[in-house]
Amino acid sequence: MAYVIIGTCINDGACVDVCPVNCIHPTPGEAGFATADMLYIDPTVCVHCNACAEACPIAAIMPADKLPAHLARYEQINAEYARSRPR
Amino acid sequence: MSRSLTHHGPLRVAIVGSGPSGLYAAVELLKKNPGAQVEMFDRLPILGGLARFGVAPDHAVRRRVTAVYERLALASGRYRFHGNVEIGRHLSHQDLLAHHHAVVYSSGAASDRRLGIGGEDLKGSHAATEFVAWYNGHPDFRDRSFDLSTERAIVVGNGNVALDIARVLLLSTDKLRATDIADHALTVLASSKVREVVVLGRRGPAQAAFTAPELLELESLDDVDIVVEGSVGALARQVRPEHALRLQLIDEYARRGVLGRPKRLLLRFLTSPVEILGQERVEGLRVVSNSLAAQNDGVIVAKPMDSVGIIPAGLVFRSVGYRANAVADLPFDEARAVLPNELGRVVDPATRQPLTGTYVAGWLKRGPSGGIGANKVCSRQTVAALLEDAAAGRLAEPAELADRFDRLLESRQSALIDYRAWKRIDRYERNQGAATGRTRVNLSRMEDLLRIAR
Repeated sequence: MAYVIIGTCINDGACVDVCPVNCIHPTPGEAGFATADMLYIDPTVCVHCNACAEACPIAAIMPADKLPAHLARYEQINAEYARSRPR
Repeated sequence: MSRSLTHHGPLRVAIVGSGPSGLYAAVELLKKNPGAQVEMFDRLPILGGLARFGVAPDHAVRRRVTAVYERLALASGRYRFHGNVEIGRHLSHQDLLAHHHAVVYSSGAASDRRLGIGGEDLKGSHAATEFVAWYNGHPDFRDRSFDLSTERAIVVGNGNVALDIARVLLLSTDKLRATDIADHALTVLASSKVREVVVLGRRGPAQAAFTAPELLELESLDDVDIVVEGSVGALARQVRPEHALRLQLIDEYARRGVLGRPKRLLLRFLTSPVEILGQERVEGLRVVSNSLAAQNDGVIVAKPMDSVGIIPAGLVFRSVGYRANAVADLPFDEARAVLPNELGRVVDPATRQPLTGTYVAGWLKRGPSGGIGANKVCSRQTVAALLEDAAAGRLAEPAELADRFDRLLESRQSALIDYRAWKRIDRYERNQGAATGRTRVNLSRMEDLLRIAR
C-alpha cells in the first residue's frame, strides 16, 4: 500500500531527502516547488519503506490504508499529481 | 573590506528571530559547519515565531515542526537560545557583530499591509494579523478587543490567512476548545454572534491564493454552507495547471450550493472594497464589482466596473498580506518591505555591495509569501552564502572574545530566557493542557511567561 501525503504538508522536504526511490515531488530542486500547495507521492513508484513518514516533522505522511475518512481523498490527489506532473 | 577569517576558534553566528526561517538556518549552519556556534535571539521568551503565533490553532500539528528543528539544533551541542532579548533595544547590530563572525536576520514580517481606503480606523476594522496574533495568545496582542456581536464579518483578501480567520470565526466552540487557541480568545469566540463570513477577492477564483488543502478542509465545517459568488468569466477561471485542484474544489462548493445550514461562508470573487462605512464603528463595506484584464506580462488585473454595492457587516478584517518592519541600523527596501539582499547577503541598496557579516533569511528576505517549508530552501541559500564568505575570508574576526558575550548580555537584560527556561514554559503549557483536556494552554502574559520560566 503506497504512502500518501496529506494536506497538513508544509513543504519541508525532509521526506524528499530520505526517499530511496525519488518518488516525492516536486522536490526543492524542481521548478514547481515554490508554487506547490503540498508535496505528493507517486504511488506507482513508492516502495512502502516508511522512511518519509519517519522523516516528516509533522506526521503528514501515512499509508493509504491508514487514511481517516476525511482525508481519504488525498490518495487520489497524490496519484493525480503524479500522473500529470511536468517532467 | 574585511580581515580574513583566521582560526581564532569556531565560526560564531547570531541568528535574530526563532521562527521557522531562523531554525532552518540554525540547523543548516550547525550541520554544514561542524564547529559553528549558533546564538539565537528572540524578543519574546518563546521560541517558534509564526509557527506559534501565525499558524491557526486548528492546524496546530504544523507547529510541531519547530520542536523537531529545535531538537536537531540542540543535539549539536553548539546552539543556544536567548529569549526576551530584542535586537535594537538590548543589543545593537554592532554588539552582535563585535561578538560574532556573522548575523542572520530572520525576524520575519510582524506588521500588515493596509487597504488604503476610508474608514480603516473605525472600531471593528482590524488587521487580520492582529486577530491571528490575538487568538494565538501573542503577548503584545492579548489585550486587544474584538467585538464579535455582529452577525456578519468580512475578510478582505484571498490567501490562507483569510480562510484561517473565517474558520476560527465559524468553528463551533467545542471544536475550538479542542485546539490550543488562547483562553481569552476562546471566551470571546464562545459568545460570538458571527453567523456569516464573507471573504472578498478582487480577482477570480483562479487567481486566489487559497491552497487546495485549505479549500478541501472547509468541508469539515459541517454546520456551514459554503457559497461561491463571482466565479465566472474566462480570465477568472484561467488557472495555472499546478493549481487546477484549487479551482476544482471551489467549483465543487459552488455546485453543492446552499444546504440550509445555520452558518455561511461566502467566497465572493471579483469584488474590491471601496470604503469602510460607519459612524462610531463599522456598519458595512462599500464594494465595487470588477472585471478582469490580462496585462502584456500575462498578469491578470482587476478593473472596477460601475456597479457599487454595500455589504452590511460589523467587522472588517484586512488580510492582504504581512509586512516586515525595518531593522535598526540596517538598510530597508520600503517598496518590497525586505532587507535589500543578494542571495541572502544584505547589501547596500545604492552600491549593491554586501555589508560584511550581515545576512537575511525568510520573509524578511523575500517578502511574506510561501508556507513554513519554503523557508527551508530560503534559509539554506542564505547559509550557503554565509559559509562561502567564511571560506573565502570575507568575514571579519569578532573584536571581542566569545566569553565576554554572556557578560554583555546579562548586563543588558536581566530576565534572560535561555533554552531550559523556554522548555519550562513549554512543559508547563503542555501540562496545563493535559490537566484540562486540551492539547496545551498557552501563556500569553509576559509576567506569567517570565514567572513560569524561572
